[in-house]
Amino acid sequence: MLEAKTPHPTPDALVKIRRASVIVNGKSLLSEIDLTIVEGESVVVLGANGAGKSTLLKLCNALITPSNGRVQTPPLHQQSLIFQRPALLQRTVLDNVRYVLSVRGVAEPACTEQARRALAACNLSGISNQSARSLSGGEQQRLSLARAWACQPRLLLADEPTANLAPTAMRDVETLLHTVQSGGTTLVLTTHNVAQAKRIARRIIFLDSGKIVEDRPAADFFVSPLSAAARIYLEGESL
Amino acid sequence: MSVFADSIAAAGSLLLARDSTLMEITGLSLRVSATATVIAALIGLPLGAWTALTLNRLRTPIVVLLNASMGLPPVVVGLIVYLLLSRSGPMGLFGWLFTPTGMVMAQTILITPIIAALARQTIEDAHVPLRDWFTSLGLSAWQRILTLLYEARFSLAVVLLAGFGRAIAEVGAVMIVGGNIAGSTRVMTTTIALETSKGDLPLALALGLLLVSLVLIVNGFAQTLKASMERRNA
Repeated sequence: MLEAKTPHPTPDALVKIRRASVIVNGKSLLSEIDLTIVEGESVVVLGANGAGKSTLLKLCNALITPSNGRVQTPPLHQQSLIFQRPALLQRTVLDNVRYVLSVRGVAEPACTEQARRALAACNLSGISNQSARSLSGGEQQRLSLARAWACQPRLLLADEPTANLAPTAMRDVETLLHTVQSGGTTLVLTTHNVAQAKRIARRIIFLDSGKIVEDRPAADFFVSPLSAAARIYLEGESL
Repeated sequence: MSVFADSIAAAGSLLLARDSTLMEITGLSLRVSATATVIAALIGLPLGAWTALTLNRLRTPIVVLLNASMGLPPVVVGLIVYLLLSRSGPMGLFGWLFTPTGMVMAQTILITPIIAALARQTIEDAHVPLRDWFTSLGLSAWQRILTLLYEARFSLAVVLLAGFGRAIAEVGAVMIVGGNIAGSTRVMTTTIALETSKGDLPLALALGLLLVSLVLIVNGFAQTLKASMERRNA
């Protein structure tokens, strides 16, 4: 490991992972991860396919438990996870947002009011009565952001949310991510899009074969990546 | 060939005349099978959903049992229910033998595994794309079950119809448990069997046509409903 600086734990630390490894069927997906993410950060996780980006996000969300080590994350009701392929219910756009709020214990009429506000923020008010499954890819991803936005999470985890989206739809989603993050939500996002990472990240975590090989401010990382793996990755992505 | 044609003609006139015996038998068949389907749905849908979501050690034996039970021989079920309901049996005090209630019980036992097994597969398929999201929301097992039952509602409607179709077409168990008593427990299938053995083919054929038509109408209605709801949610 060339550089894997871990910021000193602070009282505002939202995610604390200590020497965590994830081993599935004898295969190491993540190894000896040490990571602290503080409140309000905007972190982008980069790495080649199979580097462990999605696994790291799942670890942060407690979707998986570490084989060893320790993971401390906010309770689930303070988190939202967005997937590359949005998991939508076979209901209207409005009902998809209301569902998430209702399972979080928000009662009517506040539930519908909050859902409508979230849809308005994500520019989906005009199609609130449409079936969620009839939406375009970009609209579906904005709907999953609206669901997250409605819950006002402390931690928003986004797993390649703009993969397979057209450039315009991608920028729409990025704008919404900015809006959510500027409201104080901590954002952790994985992507293969280096340009997007430059636009969003203040901190880059670079994974290689399940290990954090760089954890640095984005400005430093993109100017002078320290690891050979990161250099090769950035050269490849900029081709 | 002329016997067959004559029978069809006679069947047609019975249907057109809305023969009272025919209507009574048809009504009882529908009541018994619909009641059995509702009870089987109340048991089978949650059981299927629970089996689809549970990961404990009981899952595999239950799945094997449900799948195997889909092929339960009706006469065996009829015999077991007969023994249960007979005066000396453990449920003899209820006096359900040779009553429509006993027939409902037999049909419920026959179709509950079918509904549960098909519901399990349907809900398992619906769960796959939503599993991680549900986990990230921290949903309880019960919340997952309720959500998935609603998500898979169109496919589950077809599952219920499959159960209803099996129940209304069943003859062996209801013959044993109901006794095929005229005006009391005589349903379409048992009447067809009886009238055929007596050589009264027109009534048997009329009931046969009605039975097939009912199954077709119910399934056609369900498919239309499913297609229209899916279009609305597509």
